[in-house]
Amino acid sequence: MNKVLMSGNFIICEAAIRAGCRFYAGYPITPQNEIPEYMAEHMRKAEGGIFIQSESEIVAINMIAGASAAGLRAMTSSSSPGISLKQEGISSMAACELPGVVVNIMRGGPGLGNIRPSQGDYFQATRGGGHGDYRTIVLAPATCQELADLTMAAFDLADKYRNPVMILADGMMGQMMEPVTFKKPKPRIYNKKFMLQGAGSGKSKFIRGLILDPIDMEEHNWKLARKYEVISKKEPRHEEYNINNAKMIIVAYGTAARIAKGAIKRLQNNGMNIGLFRPVTLWPFPEQQLRSLSAKVKNYLVFEMSTGQMLEDIRLALQGYADIRFHGRPGGAVPTPAELANVIARIYERTVK
Amino acid sequence: MAKIVYQRPKSLKEAVFHYCPGCGHSIVHRIIAEVIDELGIRGITIGVPPAGCAVLAYNYFDVDMIEAPHGRGPAMASAIKRSLPDRVVFSYQGDGDLAAIGIAESFHAANRGENITIIFINNAVYGMTGGQMAPTTMLEQKTTTSPLGRNNKLDGYPVKVSEIFSQLQGVTYLERCMVNSPANVNKTKKAIKKAFQCQINGHGFSLIEILSPCPTNWKMNAVNSCKWIDEVMSKVFPPGVFKDDIPAATKTAEVDS
Amino acid sequence: MIVKTIFSGFGGQGVLMMGVSLAHSGMNKGFHVTYLPAYGAEMRGGTANCTVAIADEEIASPVASEPNFLVAMNSPSLFSFQNKVIVEGTIFLNSSITNDRPHRHDVKVFCIPCSDIAQDLGNIRVANIIMMGAFIKVTGIVTSEIYLNSLESIMGSRKKSLAEINRKAFAAGFDYLKNQQG
Repeated sequence: MNKVLMSGNFIICEAAIRAGCRFYAGYPITPQNEIPEYMAEHMRKAEGGIFIQSESEIVAINMIAGASAAGLRAMTSSSSPGISLKQEGISSMAACELPGVVVNIMRGGPGLGNIRPSQGDYFQATRGGGHGDYRTIVLAPATCQELADLTMAAFDLADKYRNPVMILADGMMGQMMEPVTFKKPKPRIYNKKFMLQGAGSGKSKFIRGLILDPIDMEEHNWKLARKYEVISKKEPRHEEYNINNAKMIIVAYGTAARIAKGAIKRLQNNGMNIGLFRPVTLWPFPEQQLRSLSAKVKNYLVFEMSTGQMLEDIRLALQGYADIRFHGRPGGAVPTPAELANVIARIYERTVK
Repeated sequence: MAKIVYQRPKSLKEAVFHYCPGCGHSIVHRIIAEVIDELGIRGITIGVPPAGCAVLAYNYFDVDMIEAPHGRGPAMASAIKRSLPDRVVFSYQGDGDLAAIGIAESFHAANRGENITIIFINNAVYGMTGGQMAPTTMLEQKTTTSPLGRNNKLDGYPVKVSEIFSQLQGVTYLERCMVNSPANVNKTKKAIKKAFQCQINGHGFSLIEILSPCPTNWKMNAVNSCKWIDEVMSKVFPPGVFKDDIPAATKTAEVDS
Repeated sequence: MIVKTIFSGFGGQGVLMMGVSLAHSGMNKGFHVTYLPAYGAEMRGGTANCTVAIADEEIASPVASEPNFLVAMNSPSLFSFQNKVIVEGTIFLNSSITNDRPHRHDVKVFCIPCSDIAQDLGNIRVANIIMMGAFIKVTGIVTSEIYLNSLESIMGSRKKSLAEINRKAFAAGFDYLKNQQG
């Protein structure tokens, strides 16, 4: 298969179109402007493809909901402040069990923050983000190849569980170019009975999230919770690197994991045995997989481009069985592998020996 | 042989409206359903009810419906129509839904000339939440959040949706009607039918604004509410056709074919 | 092996194109590559820079804390990045538009008057390709042929007329150093 050199933002678009996405709506915001730009050209070239530059993020997510209800694979994208605006619609899609893909190319925050790569939206992404008792599946790619593969997987997961799926990357992933190979997408499996296309001569149906009777609403909540339970069991994904003989494990995702890997390689040359545990799904968090490591390895260092958000999930996963340290660089500061290696080495000396 | 002159439209379910006595929603629901029946489009119609009193419209309309978050109806309707261009898509919105929280959605759907129909219920007050001020509340009108009457210095002015939207190039058909008398109800039904037909013919965006009584929140009886529309409301919001580009659109369509 | 290069200059000097073309040719030679542009809020003017990593193994970070090579197309770029270059690394400087020189003595320095050469060729916009000729000559990361083929495939069919002038520009940069070294 042909390798092509593309930027992360373009890769997401191309993978989405190849996966059969035929509806995109979005509003420009840095650092993901290449997504609406690519879609404006290529989505409209794809057979039956619809591109709308919406008047706001709120409109974009509600358009996705509409297109999804009508039976199309649909996607929207934004960066942190815009994702905050989309939360109303994401909550609504979760309530109505509408599939859809939401891309967040994170930047520094809170507020308008800045446009540098950051990982401050972990809580928002993994805790649902909007109001009400719901979850979204969150995929965190760390390479451009993974951006392509996980974008395709996002559509499959969204259909399978009839739930919004978020791709959580950052400005660096979006802007970076790497060679990528687009794999053959799986055929779509989605039951027509969930689509709203007009009643024909049959019974009419409706899609709604408003359930005024508390007993009915409770049942709906438990029904969603049972679905999330299945997702938690079946869908966690993670990558392990250099785990055998590791005396310490770095836990990091996305861009931070790449930097950590670079740091680990440097320290290997200095005789330090350090492994990497990289969650690929942030929700469901690969909790069991991380916990099972704690029998062998007792020292963990969490590295995030935030003040410590995934850290909480790691504490929950390790349940006090191991020593957990944290290093964070929020606000759009991206450390180099050399800088991170110094931090790791210092902590390694103190805790492992 | 007896002739049936009045029966439940086929596009309405066998359900009793929850709306207050004298409320305009029931009338408008009924005439939309009649229009759907007459045009024979029940099987291809998709409706988008709002947040507000009509949030439960899917309990009454026997057509496919999807709930939109507050104000987002036109966004959803646009997407559905673009995804399924041969369906008839309408959104049903109140004054808060259309002219306050959803003004951007409505304005830009109209400006893009989306081939959808918006049914806009203007009763100058927030109904479901208990009679608060709406963007269409008139000056001096008392509501629970303008207890001394709407004050232009503090609360601004009533938003004249038909006047404003008629300036948008994307709009094909726009009419303001009333449902406060049998004659006006018939007129409104004709307008709705024209709007749906406009969509079916592919002529673009249509909006029907309907001045509709809300006796409960106006604190009047049903009869006085109807009178109040005539004597007060229709002076601020005069009925009429504000835009009709259907003839021009028809001509263009003929030339194209 | 992993080689990292920072390309830097004014916006409009074609700095990002230098990076993309190098990354593309690295890919075509079968290497792992990453290309990372520094993106800003401004569209024109200001500074532009990008980092290209080329390796025969997976590349952990696209960021270069210690680049092997720096290509500085103006003096602000030289001052911003010269201290990052590894000991015995190489700095390529567009000497046409600055009299500043690196203060480092532990790196190799090549001064290429690429804007002047470009003007002689009748197209100031190919200064970046002239620099790439010199860069490929010195570093040998890829062959000239792989580089030029990559450049043409990036330019696409729209700019086929540019292919010839680009080849000329590349050769001019390549030969400039050849002549210098005698």
